[in-house]
Amino acid sequence: MTAEQTVVTYGGAVNAALTRSLDERTETILFGEDVALPGGVFGITKGLQSSFGDRVFDTPISETAILGAAVGAAMMGRRPIVEIMWMDFTLVAMDQLVNQAANVSYLSRGNVKAPMTVRMQQGSQPGACAQHSQCLEALLTHIPGLRVCVPATPQDAYDLLLAAVWCNDPTIVIENRNLYFGKKVTIMVGHDVQEIGGSITRHRGNDVTLVTWGSMVAPSLEAAEILEIEGVTVDVIDARWLNPFDTLAVCESVTRTGRLAVVHEATLTGAFSSQVVAGVVEAGVPLVAPPVRIGSPDTRIPAAPSLLGAVVPNVSTIVEALRRMVTRED
Amino acid sequence: MTESLLDHYRVMWRIRLFEEKTRDLKVRGDVSGSVHLCIGQEAIAAGALGGLNRSVDVVFSTYRGHGYAIASGSDLTALFAEILGRGAGLNGGRGGSAYLSDPDNNFFGENSIVGAGAPHAVGAALAGLFDGSNRVALSAFGDGAMNQGAVHEAMNMAGAFGLPVIFLLENNRYSELTPITAMVGDVELYQRADSYGFEGIQIDGNDPTVVLDAVRSARDRAARGGGPTLIEAMTERLVGHYVGDVQQYRPAGEIDDAKTREPLVISAQKLLVQGFDDVELKSVETQERDRVASAASAALQLPFADPATALEFVYDS
Repeated sequence: MTAEQTVVTYGGAVNAALTRSLDERTETILFGEDVALPGGVFGITKGLQSSFGDRVFDTPISETAILGAAVGAAMMGRRPIVEIMWMDFTLVAMDQLVNQAANVSYLSRGNVKAPMTVRMQQGSQPGACAQHSQCLEALLTHIPGLRVCVPATPQDAYDLLLAAVWCNDPTIVIENRNLYFGKKVTIMVGHDVQEIGGSITRHRGNDVTLVTWGSMVAPSLEAAEILEIEGVTVDVIDARWLNPFDTLAVCESVTRTGRLAVVHEATLTGAFSSQVVAGVVEAGVPLVAPPVRIGSPDTRIPAAPSLLGAVVPNVSTIVEALRRMVTRED
Repeated sequence: MTESLLDHYRVMWRIRLFEEKTRDLKVRGDVSGSVHLCIGQEAIAAGALGGLNRSVDVVFSTYRGHGYAIASGSDLTALFAEILGRGAGLNGGRGGSAYLSDPDNNFFGENSIVGAGAPHAVGAALAGLFDGSNRVALSAFGDGAMNQGAVHEAMNMAGAFGLPVIFLLENNRYSELTPITAMVGDVELYQRADSYGFEGIQIDGNDPTVVLDAVRSARDRAARGGGPTLIEAMTERLVGHYVGDVQQYRPAGEIDDAKTREPLVISAQKLLVQGFDDVELKSVETQERDRVASAASAALQLPFADPATALEFVYDS
């Protein structure tokens, strides 16, 4: 495949990566609820069944069977790509990820692998109920044996998904439905598939290191622009991969800035931000201000837009938290 | 080549004696962790493997799965070594008694989560539709697993897609420590297959020839595109759920009754009718006793799993 530019939404980029996976890796099969004939509830898998036939199929509403069948098929040498419609729904089938997929390589000492990719989307949206809103990435980053990525841009929606499919570990790709239908942008496709892992610094600065992922990347960048006008410059690191996590890049940045903020949509207790902070502190990187974690408070997620607005971090909560952080020291 | 009853008799003794030896090793402290023996249920594993195409078909079992490993052809020393936590064990000591596997012999393992292996068999069967193997996947589980959502989802998906899966239900009357009859509204578990759109049958799980015939028919149907089968093999556990289970929940005399109709007893009776004599049958037992004893001795000599390997293979390199 030759590298070329294309203009797509985030959702279109996911579709392009799935198309390429099915095309180049003939051992891939793609299945999930409503993904084939209907093309997915968000239209992300549209057209794949007509292009790839029986390798793309719908399943019953049975998350355990979907994930368990992916484990079994992967053990036989297939490379399943499955969709869990909402990340909240993984909770009814967590056994197949944690007790099953994550153990395959370890138990067999690498003789059997589970090279499966599990796509899902998470996050709040006004009106979505508490069972269709949660950001649960920390539940999976806690599990050795699983890989976890959280693409935030159309380019990463393409690249990270391909890396996940090519990877021989069970890999979770956490998308965000608020990003699916954003504006079309030009991305590169057809280039070499990346290895898993690696962060991207999306904004450069010397005063604060802000680590974020997924839905909070865009508001964090906006916050960085506002703060720059005020004379505070921010390194915004889009983690992209939570496992493997790019601790090195974060530590290098904090060594320069002396300040660490971590921003995510997930609720705070036990969140992956705690791990990011721990990683920096354990590495002995000197801090000139206490680290700050910005996330949703420890609450259930409400449906009403006015209530939701009081919960999920946004540009102003990020700006305010970083202002407090720099003035505290200055 | 069809295995004869004498072949089954030999494998069943191998399993029985392996399990008895494992119990002894557990009791004297050589085995760490829970051990679930299949004593009394040997005919199912011994018969089932004979009904499969061993070169392509795959097996998923429960934690009461030593018999499936043995019937699949696992090396007895490596099997003991796994249970004893030795580095040369089937899984390098990572699985133990309740979570071991032997993929080289198409035994994709025990599972310590009740019912969780059933969807794996569905996936293995699905894979066979694309890899040209004409594989049939056998998922063995107990009566308790029939009340797990994973088994329901697996059966429904297998039925919906007509997949080549054999669901082999070993009904030993107890879901762990509780009678299965107290935990279902309809005790005829095989009839659940009707609602999934495939055939369910109930058979004598203590007769390996009956098990073999049932599995072979199910295998033939699956390979022809006829979809899954649920085989309910009726049997009885002659021992506790785990080694150390005092079984105060079982009625007096139940196990003694069961011993009059257990697999080795009824197979010996049939073999005598077929013309074998006591000396020939005794010699099968003796040969297997020697084989098991020597495998256990060899395993006990092997070094424990090396702590330096504990973190290996969590991920692909």
